[in-house]
Amino acid sequence: MPKTSDFDEGRAQAIIAEHLGLEGSLLPILHAFNEEFGYIDDAAVPHIAAALNLSRAEVHGVLTFYHDFRRAPGGRHTLKICRAEACQSRGSETVARRCLAKLGVGWHDTTPDGELTIEPVYCLGLCASGPAALLDGEPLGLLDEDKLAAAVEEVCEP
Amino acid sequence: MTRIFIPKDAAALAVGADKVAKTIAEIASERGKEVTLVRTGSRGMFFLEPLVEVETPAGRIAYGPVAPRDVASLFHADFLAGGAHPLRIGRPEEHPFLARQTRLTFARCGITDPLSLEDYAAHDGWRGLKRALAIGPAAIVTEVTQSGLRGRGGAGFPTGIKWKTVADTQADRKYVVCNADEGDSGTFADRMVMEGDPFMLIEGMTIAALAVGATKGFVYCRSEYPQAIRTFNAALAAARQAGFLGNAVAGAQHRFDIELRVGAGAYVCGEETALLDSLEGKRGIVRAKPPLPAHKGLFRRPTVVNNVLSFAAVPFILAQGAAAYANFGMGRSRGTMPIQIAGNVRHGGLFETAFGLTLGEIVDDIGGGTASGRPVRAVQCGGPLGAYFPPSLFDTPFDYEAFTARDGLVGHGGVVVFDDTVDMAEMARFAMEFCAIESCGKCTPCRIGAVRGKEVIERIMLGSNVEANITLLEDLCQTMKFGSLCALGGFVPYPVMSALRHYPEDFRPRAAAAAAE
Repeated sequence: MPKTSDFDEGRAQAIIAEHLGLEGSLLPILHAFNEEFGYIDDAAVPHIAAALNLSRAEVHGVLTFYHDFRRAPGGRHTLKICRAEACQSRGSETVARRCLAKLGVGWHDTTPDGELTIEPVYCLGLCASGPAALLDGEPLGLLDEDKLAAAVEEVCEP
Repeated sequence: MTRIFIPKDAAALAVGADKVAKTIAEIASERGKEVTLVRTGSRGMFFLEPLVEVETPAGRIAYGPVAPRDVASLFHADFLAGGAHPLRIGRPEEHPFLARQTRLTFARCGITDPLSLEDYAAHDGWRGLKRALAIGPAAIVTEVTQSGLRGRGGAGFPTGIKWKTVADTQADRKYVVCNADEGDSGTFADRMVMEGDPFMLIEGMTIAALAVGATKGFVYCRSEYPQAIRTFNAALAAARQAGFLGNAVAGAQHRFDIELRVGAGAYVCGEETALLDSLEGKRGIVRAKPPLPAHKGLFRRPTVVNNVLSFAAVPFILAQGAAAYANFGMGRSRGTMPIQIAGNVRHGGLFETAFGLTLGEIVDDIGGGTASGRPVRAVQCGGPLGAYFPPSLFDTPFDYEAFTARDGLVGHGGVVVFDDTVDMAEMARFAMEFCAIESCGKCTPCRIGAVRGKEVIERIMLGSNVEANITLLEDLCQTMKFGSLCALGGFVPYPVMSALRHYPEDFRPRAAAAAAE
């Protein structure tokens, strides 16, 4: 998951071909692009549209509807901090605010060194163990400012 | 060889269960102790995670919450034989949090290895499916109808009636769709089933497929649950390999397979028609009903759409009979509900019980009040679209109709506790903001109303023209409630209006409020 690579047309065609047999294959295809390249390049859209017999507008519409699909490369690592009510009741907003301030970025931003992108997320199902976050897909619970900073430091290069 | 059980539920992993498991394995090998680590689901006592259980002649003995630095002292205390230690809980089933529960759906969770077909079969697994194959489709629908099971996703629609509608509709193919897009804050029961007892969900969906004549099933799981996705996909592969899915389900003349699909971070896709559009590869836009999904659902074919917990209740109902399930509960809310106690609460976790406990019993007796030790000020039930209840309404019984009578929702069974530091105007503002972020955009009252609602509450918080703005907000809530197709725009007035009604002081101008104190 923590990777971003350049768009590659050959690879793009292969990803599309792998998923064409599925019913309603557009979301699985977009997920596969997100996974492979770290984002979905605009150059992929015409290929996907042609393969699925959709208009480019339809593919664009789906691509832009869902929060998960990135349209530009993100950081090498992704931190998703929960902002939903259960985490709020345990002080998540303060933890998040201090984390963002320390890194000098806002929500959806990537740190200037390209290491870390921070996204808001609304519930991770860790509602009795908040404040919670997902760092490169690994769950973190009972967070405070220091624990979150230590976890981030562990994955990011110095 | 001693067996040690450590959960791999996300809530256990989030507090270091993997590191504890690794440390136990290392120290065991240093000391020459032969141990087998079994990774289970969670018992649902999140305040004790990571909970480590050891198999002893006297049954399983639990220790928790265990940190990696505690492991050496556990070996020193001979925990492999159930030795005394400050973290020793004793037999987990005798812990008051578990002893007070009625676990029908979560009977295996935390006990068995979620991916072991042997464990599943040894703990009553597949018994419901065997009986379903023996009694046939019409009798399955009758059993589910008589059990009184109502949709556990939130709407509370009778499951048997839904299944009968699909069974009675003719089509070239039919689908069974499981809604595992558990987006409500304060809920985690679906996640626990997928991570802790996935074969139960497979069994429940297979029974539904037999009942209605469906050949293909989809589980739509949210992308925020990577551990659940991993475990459930592994369970699907194992069930297929063992012949429980495929061209001859459990050796019978029925074809059925299940595919897991992953959402992409849109809350509205938990609404069943938006979910169907998303599965079809479209934007997750809510559909107008009729046609009902039972008539024209996925790819315009008759489709059963149920929540994880609804399907998960079915194996028990088939195995033990409708009456065994319907004997629990009150009024028209039959059976058990896995209540999820969350937020700022001392004993948070999953509490499965018959309907009918009061909200106060759930929050104070079982939850033990707030984790912060401060007084409870508000409890939000039923997710981000559910009402806030003040302690003066703690006599409300946990029951679909009783909650509706007090302008609230049982929803998916989430209960989020807040202490007295909560600012209820801010929570109302957040509800509108969340709706604005997640609105699919189809209905104007939701798409634009949520944005305007957030702005109006911000003006109220700044003390600008408060009375007029509150009237405007109430009017807007009415419009959203009656002018939106689905529960997102239609229910967001619940948290907003309940905050306004029960905590009017939080909406007064801040300067005046401060001066009054």
